[in-house]
Amino acid sequence: MDAHTGASTMAAPPEPTSHPRLLRLAEHTLEILSDPGEGAQKCGQIFGEASARMGNGVWTVEIIPAEIQPPARSPAGGSGNRIRVGQGPVTNWGDHANLVVAFNEQVLLGRHDLDALADDAIVLIENRWASEDDEVIRKQWESAMAQLTTRNYRIIEVPMETECLEVVDAPRKGKNMFVLGMLCWIYRRDLETVREIVARQFRKKSAEVVEMNHALLDVGYRWAEAHLDFQFDIPCTPPSVPMVVTNGNQAVALGAIAAGMELCAMYPITPATSVSHYLGDIFERFGGIVHQAEDEIAAAGVAIGASYAGKVAFTVTSGPGLALKTEFIGLAVMGEVPLVVVDVQRGGPSTGLPTKVEQSDLLAALFAQAGDAPRVVIAPATIEECFNAMITARRIAETFRCVVIVLTDANLATGVQPWIRPELDRRWLADPVDQAAVPNGVRPYEWDPNTGLSRRFIPGQPGGMHTLTGLAHDERSTVAYTPDVHQRGCEMRSRKLAVLQNALKPPPVHGDSDGDLLIVGWGSTKGAIEEAVDRVRAEGQRVSSTHLTFLSPMHPGLRELFARFGKVMTVEINYSDAPTAPYITQENRRLGQLAWLLRASTLVDVDCWTKVPGEPLRPARIHAAIRDALSHERNP
Amino acid sequence: MSDCDCSLLVLGEDEAQDYTMQDYAGAMPRWCPGCGDHGILTSVQRLLEEEQLAPERTVFVSGIGCSSRLPHYLKTYGFHGLHGRALPVATGVKLSRPDLHVFAVMGDGDCCSIGAGHWMHATRYNVDMVALMLDNEIYGLTKNQTSPTTPQGHPSNTQPRGSYLPPLNPLSATLGISNASFVAQTSDWVPAHLYATLRAAYRHRGFAFVRILQRCPQYSTKIFDSFLRDPSRTELLIHERGIDVPEVADLYPNRRRHDPSDLDAARAVAQDTSMARLGVFYQNESHPRYEETRHVPPHSVDERLELLTAEFDRHAI
Repeated sequence: MDAHTGASTMAAPPEPTSHPRLLRLAEHTLEILSDPGEGAQKCGQIFGEASARMGNGVWTVEIIPAEIQPPARSPAGGSGNRIRVGQGPVTNWGDHANLVVAFNEQVLLGRHDLDALADDAIVLIENRWASEDDEVIRKQWESAMAQLTTRNYRIIEVPMETECLEVVDAPRKGKNMFVLGMLCWIYRRDLETVREIVARQFRKKSAEVVEMNHALLDVGYRWAEAHLDFQFDIPCTPPSVPMVVTNGNQAVALGAIAAGMELCAMYPITPATSVSHYLGDIFERFGGIVHQAEDEIAAAGVAIGASYAGKVAFTVTSGPGLALKTEFIGLAVMGEVPLVVVDVQRGGPSTGLPTKVEQSDLLAALFAQAGDAPRVVIAPATIEECFNAMITARRIAETFRCVVIVLTDANLATGVQPWIRPELDRRWLADPVDQAAVPNGVRPYEWDPNTGLSRRFIPGQPGGMHTLTGLAHDERSTVAYTPDVHQRGCEMRSRKLAVLQNALKPPPVHGDSDGDLLIVGWGSTKGAIEEAVDRVRAEGQRVSSTHLTFLSPMHPGLRELFARFGKVMTVEINYSDAPTAPYITQENRRLGQLAWLLRASTLVDVDCWTKVPGEPLRPARIHAAIRDALSHERNP
Repeated sequence: MSDCDCSLLVLGEDEAQDYTMQDYAGAMPRWCPGCGDHGILTSVQRLLEEEQLAPERTVFVSGIGCSSRLPHYLKTYGFHGLHGRALPVATGVKLSRPDLHVFAVMGDGDCCSIGAGHWMHATRYNVDMVALMLDNEIYGLTKNQTSPTTPQGHPSNTQPRGSYLPPLNPLSATLGISNASFVAQTSDWVPAHLYATLRAAYRHRGFAFVRILQRCPQYSTKIFDSFLRDPSRTELLIHERGIDVPEVADLYPNRRRHDPSDLDAARAVAQDTSMARLGVFYQNESHPRYEETRHVPPHSVDERLELLTAEFDRHAI
C-alpha cells in the first residue's frame, strides 16, 4: 500500500502561514525519539529545563534501550525522552504522548506498539527514509507508515537532515538542535533561555561549536515558523521560590554530600551507576571519594569498614547488587555498624529489565537475610525526597546504629523535575568521629533496656578496644552462645525499630479521611496514583490515597486509617497474580509486596493492583483499576 | 607502615607510652592445644609491644575460621566479620582512616577460596596494611574439609579419597598480581623467623602479604610433619634487604641468597614447591598505594556548605 494515500492522515508540511492556530493548553506531553547517539535525550533535557525555568511544571523520563549501540533503526532500540509539561506542577509522566518527534519511523513504531501515543497525536518525522537509495529501508518506511496510519495521528514529514545541511555537512549529529528549535517555536519557548542552556551544555567545546548549535536551533525554529500551522501555549508561572532541576540520582548524590557523607563504595550496575558518575565528577572537591570496588560484596565491605572507622559512608546498587550485599548487611545489623544502602530498583528477578522501573525489592530490603535482621527501609516518592532521604538515612543510621536501605527506582533515577531548592543545614554535615576516651566501664553494646540504643565506639578512642563480631554476643561484645544472650541481642536490635516508629507520624491522606476505597502506594508511583485518585474523585467517587515513606518500621496508625475505608488496595509496580487467572485462589494468590506487608501488620484484607510493564504506571491505567475495584466491591 | 605519611594523618598519632605485652592481651584463646595459632598470636603481641603500637589505634580485621578468632585474643580494636571478607573491610578502614594501624587476618579458605577475588584486588590496591594468611591447608572450624591449598591426595571429609587437584600456590598467585608490593612466607614453628617476618611486613609501606604455614593438630598435622622432622626440606631465603634470622641458622642448613627486589627470581623460587621456603620473596615500596593515590584533604563544614551552594547554583532555574 502506498502510505501517502488511502486513509492516511499524513500530510506534506503545511503551507507557510502567517496566522498559525494558537492553542492554549493546561498541559501537553511530548516525546523525542532517535537512535542512540543522535542526541534526542540532550534535546529533551534542554527542552525540559527551559520549560521548568520559564515556570511550567515538568516531568521528564528517559526512554533508554538496554544496549549502548543497538542496531540503528530498530523499534526496541529507540532512545529519547518523554516530557510532560503543564501549567501547574507535574508529578508523573502521564498517559499518552500528544506530540512526537521521531528521527526515524522504526523508533516511532516501537513507541506506537507500546501504546505510548495519543490517538490524535501529532507526529513530526524525518522523511529522508522515504527516498533512501536502500530499497530495504524504503520498504520498512512504507510498511511502518501503513501501520501508523491505522491511527488518527497527524503525521507531518520534516526534512530534518536536508534543512540542517544549511549549517552542517554531517547533519546526523546536529539535527537534535534543529528539532529543539522546532519545538521552541511550537511551544513558544523563550529562545534566549534555550540558547543559554545550549551554550552551557557545550561550554567545554569551542565557541564555534556553540555557534553552530545556535545556528541549527535557529534553522529549526524558522522551519517550524514557515511550515507549521499550529502553536501551543501552556501558561507559565515563574517560580516564586528558588528551584533546582535534577534527576533522582543527582538528588541522591547531592543528598549524600549534604548529609556529610565522605565515601561512596559501589560497583557498576544500572540504573544506580549514575549516582557514582555524578559523585565521581564532584565528590573529591568536597573531600569525599567514590570507591569502585571489585564487586558488590566488597563495595558493602568497604562502606562498612569506613563507617566502623568513623566515616559517613554509603553504598549504592540495584536489586542484583542488593542480593549480593545481603550477608554484609546482616553483619552491619549484628555489629550495629551504621550503614546507608541505596537500592535504585529495576525489573527483576535475575538480570531482569536493567533499564526499566520496578518496585520488586521491597520484601528483599526488609527480609532477605539469614536470621532476624531488623533494618530501616525508606522509600522516597519524589526527586526532592531522594535528596531528603539521604539526610534522614544518615541520621537514623547513626542514631540507631543500624542499616538504612533507601529504595528508589529507575523512574526516579532518570526522571527530571524541578524541586524547591533546599536550605542547607550545617548540622547535617557534622563529623561523627569522636576520639574522646570511652568512660571507664562503658561497654560496646551497653543497650538501654527500653530502647536498645547504645553508644557507638570508634577505633582511636582510648578505652574502647573490643572486637566487633558477627557472632552472637553480649554487651561486652564477647561471643556467647547461651540462649539468654542471643534472645537479648535480637530483642535489643529489634526494639530500635519500635522506638523509631514511635517518632513517626501516620501518613497523610490524599483526599477525604474516609470513604469507599483507599489506595496505598510507596515510592515513585505517588504522582500517578494521586492523579488517578483526583480523576475518580472528580467523577464523584469516595476514593482517597496514602503514600508510605517508611516501610520498616511502618508508619503508625495504619490500622485505624484502613478501618475508615470500605476497601484498601495497594498499587505497585511489582508482580501479583491476577485473581481470575487459572489455579489462582484467594488462598494461593501471590500479592503485591506492600500488600503482603500491610496484611501482616494490620490484619486488614488488603487487595492489590500491580503490574510489571517495565515503564512507570500511567494514571489512566490506575484510574481504570480503581473503577474496576469499585464496581467489583459493589457487584462482587 | 610504621611511619605514616604525615599528610595522611587526619586524627592523630600514637602517644608515647610504655606498653607491655599485657596491654595487648585480650580474651583467653580457645584454640585447640597444639594449634599453630597460639604461637602466631604470641608473635603478633610481641610485634605490637616491640613497635609500641597504641592499642586504641590498631585494628585487626578478620574473616571466619579458626584463625579469624585472633582479634578476640588481642586488646586492640577488632573486627571479626564475614567469611572471606576481611580485606574489603580492612580496605574501608584504612582508606578512611590512614592514621590507624590495620592488620587483616585470614585463613586459607578465607583468602584463597571464598574471598579469593578480594585477595587479588587488595593486592593490587596495595593499601598499607599487613595481611596475614594463616594457612593450615585444611578447613578446621567446619571440621576437616579440603581447602584450595590442601596437598593433592590428602584425605578430608569432603574428599575422603584424597584431594583431587594440585594445591593452589598462594605465593605464585600473589606474585602474579600487578602492583603486588610485599610477599613473604614463614611458619608457626620457627617463632624467631615468624616474628622477623611480621616485623618486616609491618614496616613495609604497602600491602604486605604474609603466608604463615600453620599446623592444625586435628586435621592437618601430617601435612607439616615432614618439614618439622627433616630440616633439609626447608630453605631460608636470605638477603640484607630481606630477613636474616641468625638464631635459626644452625637449624636450617639450606640457605638461598634471594634479592627481594628481583620479581622474576621471586616468581621462579615461589613456583618450586619441593621445599618450604621461608623469607621475603618480593618487596617493592615504589608501587602506588591506593589510599595515598585517592587521598583528598578533608574539608571543613563551612567549605563544604559553600561548595554545595555553588553546586546547587548549577542546577538552579
